[in-house]
Amino acid sequence: MVEAVAFYLFAALTIAMFVITVMSKNALYAMSSLAAGMIFISAFFFLLDADFLGVVQIIVYSGAVMALYAFGMMFFDTTKDVKEKNPSKKIVFFLSGMIALLLVVILLTPIISDKVQALYPMSDEIGNTEAVGIVLFTKYLVPFEVAAIMLLVAMIAGIILASKRMDESITLKIDQEIEKEQKGTE
Amino acid sequence: MITLTHYLILAAILFSIALVGILRRKNLLMLFFATEIALNAVNIALAAISKYYGDLTGQLFAFFIIAIAASEVAVGLGLLIIWYKRRGTIDLDSLQSMNG
Repeated sequence: MVEAVAFYLFAALTIAMFVITVMSKNALYAMSSLAAGMIFISAFFFLLDADFLGVVQIIVYSGAVMALYAFGMMFFDTTKDVKEKNPSKKIVFFLSGMIALLLVVILLTPIISDKVQALYPMSDEIGNTEAVGIVLFTKYLVPFEVAAIMLLVAMIAGIILASKRMDESITLKIDQEIEKEQKGTE
Repeated sequence: MITLTHYLILAAILFSIALVGILRRKNLLMLFFATEIALNAVNIALAAISKYYGDLTGQLFAFFIIAIAASEVAVGLGLLIIWYKRRGTIDLDSLQSMNG
């Protein structure tokens, strides 16, 4: 009963937050609702006994979303609406509606699942975090190391890309223009 | 009683919301938000399947997806900064420099 209540509550909250993210014209509202939605999603992981995944979700996505926040502050005036021109809304909504219908039909078809056998069965004796650690560092050791290298490559790429022409400030020009305008009015 | 189908339908709804966002957004940073939503929807589905089949593999795939999402954001935002310095805008239409 508690599980059902929690599921429907968090499902409604998550869907509402992500709809705001997708539909909002204000960058600040979109970012805030995205952050809220990410936190609400971790509730599903806790409901599904994936404790470690829930904690990782909160840590990683709060970090990632904070980085996005910083970029949003840099790129937009967050008090103003983001200007976007959409030539035809009908096509967009038709396409996405059809894709959504297709997805639901695919998922509602009965799943032939009786023959599925668990490769790494969960046991009640050890906790979720320990079980994840055991499987991650035995069977999935190579993918884990490859993921580590991928993160390193991404970090270096991010630093190099962002530091290229670092002497040219994004915000400095705008500040100078504002100063010129203020001097002009005075 | 919440079954696997409930979670899968929720994941499908969230993925559809992300698709709507990807199709209707013209701002690249807003497109990043939509892709994050899509990745999270898939994570929910994987964690649910992991629970209902009693198999840890789904959760491990979700971990790798989180790692991929993190590196995607890092590289994507680096490219975004370069584009913004060069053009002064991150509108998707400004990327159409090869037509005609």
